[in-house]
Amino acid sequence: MTDQKPVLEARGIVKIFGQHRALDTVDFTANAGEVHALLGENGAGKSTLIKILTGAYQPDGGELLLDGAPITLRDPLHGQTYGIGTVYQEVNLLPNRSVSENLFLGRQPTRFGMVDRKRIDAAAKDLLSRYGLDIDVRAELSEYSVAVQQIVAIARAVELSGKVLVLDEPTASLDRNEVQRLFDVVRTLKAKGLAIIFITHFLDQVFDLADRVTILRNGKKVATQALNTLNTTDVVRMMLGKDVAFDHHPTALTGGPKGQVRVQFQGLSRKGLAPFDLSIHEGEVVGVAGLLGSGRTEVARLMFGVDTSDTGQITVDGHPVAIRNPAQAVAAGFGFCPEDRKLDGIFGDLSVRENIIIALQAKLGWFKALNRDDQVELAGRYAEALDIRAANHDMPVKLLSGGNQQKVILARWLAIDPTFLILDEPTRGIDVGAHAEIVRTINRLREEGLALFVISSELDEVVAYSNRIVVMRDREMVAELDGDAIAPDAIVQAIAGTQEARP
Amino acid sequence: MNRSLRPLLATTLIFLFAYMLAVSQQPAMLSTRVLGNFLTDNAFLGIAAVGMTFVILSGGIDLSVGAVIGFTTVLVAVLIMWLQLHPLIAFAIALIVATGFGAVMGAAIHYLKVPSFIVTLAGMFLARGGASVLSPDSIGIEHPFFSAVQKSYILLPGGGRFTVVGMIMLAVFACAIILAHRTRFGSNVYALGGSETSAALMGVPVARTTISIYALSSFLAGLAGVVFSLYTSAGYSLNALGVELDAIAAVVIGGTLLTGGYGFVAGTFIGVMLQGLVQTYIVFDGTLSSWWTKIVVGVLLFMFILLQRLVFKAAPRRT
Ligand SMILES: Nc1ncnc2c1ncn2[C@@H]1O[C@H](COP(=O)(O)OP(=O)(O)OP(=O)(O)O)[C@@H](O)[C@H]1O
Ligand SMILES: [Mg+2]
Repeated sequence: MTDQKPVLEARGIVKIFGQHRALDTVDFTANAGEVHALLGENGAGKSTLIKILTGAYQPDGGELLLDGAPITLRDPLHGQTYGIGTVYQEVNLLPNRSVSENLFLGRQPTRFGMVDRKRIDAAAKDLLSRYGLDIDVRAELSEYSVAVQQIVAIARAVELSGKVLVLDEPTASLDRNEVQRLFDVVRTLKAKGLAIIFITHFLDQVFDLADRVTILRNGKKVATQALNTLNTTDVVRMMLGKDVAFDHHPTALTGGPKGQVRVQFQGLSRKGLAPFDLSIHEGEVVGVAGLLGSGRTEVARLMFGVDTSDTGQITVDGHPVAIRNPAQAVAAGFGFCPEDRKLDGIFGDLSVRENIIIALQAKLGWFKALNRDDQVELAGRYAEALDIRAANHDMPVKLLSGGNQQKVILARWLAIDPTFLILDEPTRGIDVGAHAEIVRTINRLREEGLALFVISSELDEVVAYSNRIVVMRDREMVAELDGDAIAPDAIVQAIAGTQEARP
Repeated sequence: MNRSLRPLLATTLIFLFAYMLAVSQQPAMLSTRVLGNFLTDNAFLGIAAVGMTFVILSGGIDLSVGAVIGFTTVLVAVLIMWLQLHPLIAFAIALIVATGFGAVMGAAIHYLKVPSFIVTLAGMFLARGGASVLSPDSIGIEHPFFSAVQKSYILLPGGGRFTVVGMIMLAVFACAIILAHRTRFGSNVYALGGSETSAALMGVPVARTTISIYALSSFLAGLAGVVFSLYTSAGYSLNALGVELDAIAAVVIGGTLLTGGYGFVAGTFIGVMLQGLVQTYIVFDGTLSSWWTKIVVGVLLFMFILLQRLVFKAAPRRT
């Protein structure tokens, strides 16, 4: 930060959606050779600002300057030609095309006017190896996990960024190692003099990587400051406009008397996933820890009947039930909030209200339609409980900010009043305020007697709400921790496999 | 990639099997004569289906194809017979008109955000209506150039005739394969079919690509019209009625996903040939009603849609 040369500058940006001022005269400057964090609650306007800076949206007021000269960006392609590379919040790639095509689309090397596939494949392989990824680049992108897709999106943006690299929540689906690799790449780019704009809800990552921070609240800029003058509490206070009480349990929950067994899985398995036994009691939260790709999501999908199991049986409240599809799971009182909301969870064109009531309606069946008043009441209740920020509940859910979409899905499953709830990464992409709210909600549901199965990569968080933790490694449940054994260190050891697994 | 290759493979196998079956019933069908006619008779459908392939790959649909073919035959006939233009000039004019027509539809789809289904439905009525305004009756085309083209062919061993229209179709397929699989335009078409929002955010020029796709489809429909007029020596506003549906069927039977993003131009060729095979067999048999073609095509379509569901549902996941 010796030279404070502004690369990309936004002055007095205004963006209005219908009645709603998503951005209100926001100034923002990204300097050469700095990592500039952009923080704010869900719906504060971070992604909207990014989209204006990269040409995806046109501002309704204000101007953009690149290297001091005013510019107008027609579209993202135009932004790319100025050296602005972007990873948007929802992985925006082409599921139907090969990995290498996703990396090079729009700038494929050609020979005699024809795309040189061999060169693209070789270059793609080379590029991804820098991120420690050795995969078949000719395979369709959709065959790979969200994490791999995220890395592909990052690699693409880095290649395109001659001057500015924009990362909108890039680390949401990455594990620790992948995050470290990404940070190494970002530091190299920073040393080369790029301006890097970084959005995340992980404050520790902000302090780890960023030099300066700009905080937005309700579409207005609160402050831009150097990070070394701030601490976490300052940042949170500026984001929320108030202090939040973190009611994280410093120690594990003490076991307490368990209720009856609510669901029991015996010898459930599927090709590639080792059989597992698990019983979950009333009023119990079973947390699941493990690296990405360790099979956590597969287990959840199996439980909910998204994938069918090859062997094993399921008992609910002592009665055996068959769960071969999600409808049967819902009928048995299960709820499932999936990890990849864009793909599996959200009906983008339906309204917030419809998205909330849809599972309940499906459970009630065709002939017991909820009337409109009930719908409005339900949607309103859950939107308030989870602090869903939307201009109104009749707007299409795809127009909500990423974090608010996540809350809508959670609301949907709470609305069916399940007896067993599966949550896959429920706090991903959710701001600190709502994060604490979701942890509180999980604790409250447990006290109300629900059985919960919660997958999370946030060890502090799992520790805060779990009565019991199962650890997965290589598609197998390798350890189970409960009572006093629940602690982040113990989990890390179990994940790494340094400690002998307990039965 | 392998996943989308599967329907193509299936179509190819079914075609070979059907051909063998047909030959075992009607041995005369195994001759270059039949093969030559095959190409000639299906040339206009094949050319139109190529355009349809691009449209469907991009996630759209073009219902105006048959009408544009009909319109082109009338326009060509009017230009040659009434305005005494040389056929080559008439062809050029007709192709320009068709291309422009497609470009306007593409622009309407992109800028007005109206579904392609609706825009091209309107285009279909316009083109049919325009053709009958030009001339409600069939116009016969007589011109030395026409007879010369109709008489030129390459004689294949065994007495088959590889005609000019057959050649045009094969050339169109060859160019289209390169265009779809080896150029940036082709990649952009698949990108639109995969996800239009993502494509836009990745810097695909969505407006230009959409307009080009519909312009290309109409250009090829125009070319199919030219071929049709060469094939029948007449221009009539009701020519090629319902060909858009045959073209869609050929594309889907050829393994292209109706929702876009997956498929191959080569598959469309086999889809067209498969339809031609059924027709030829019925002609050879002599006792079957020609409606059997429709029934067989219907069954095939149904099978392929089922097959695609299976193939694309059982998506393998790697980590
Ligand atoms: N296309 C749109 N039409 C209408 N409203 C929109 C649109 N895009 C965003 N909004 C609204 O603008 C506000 C800001 O959204 P934005 O996506 O920028 O939030 P964010 O800060 O990125 O939040 P998150 O942390 O949840 O990703 C939200 O209230 C959202 O509902
Ligand atoms: Mg956002």
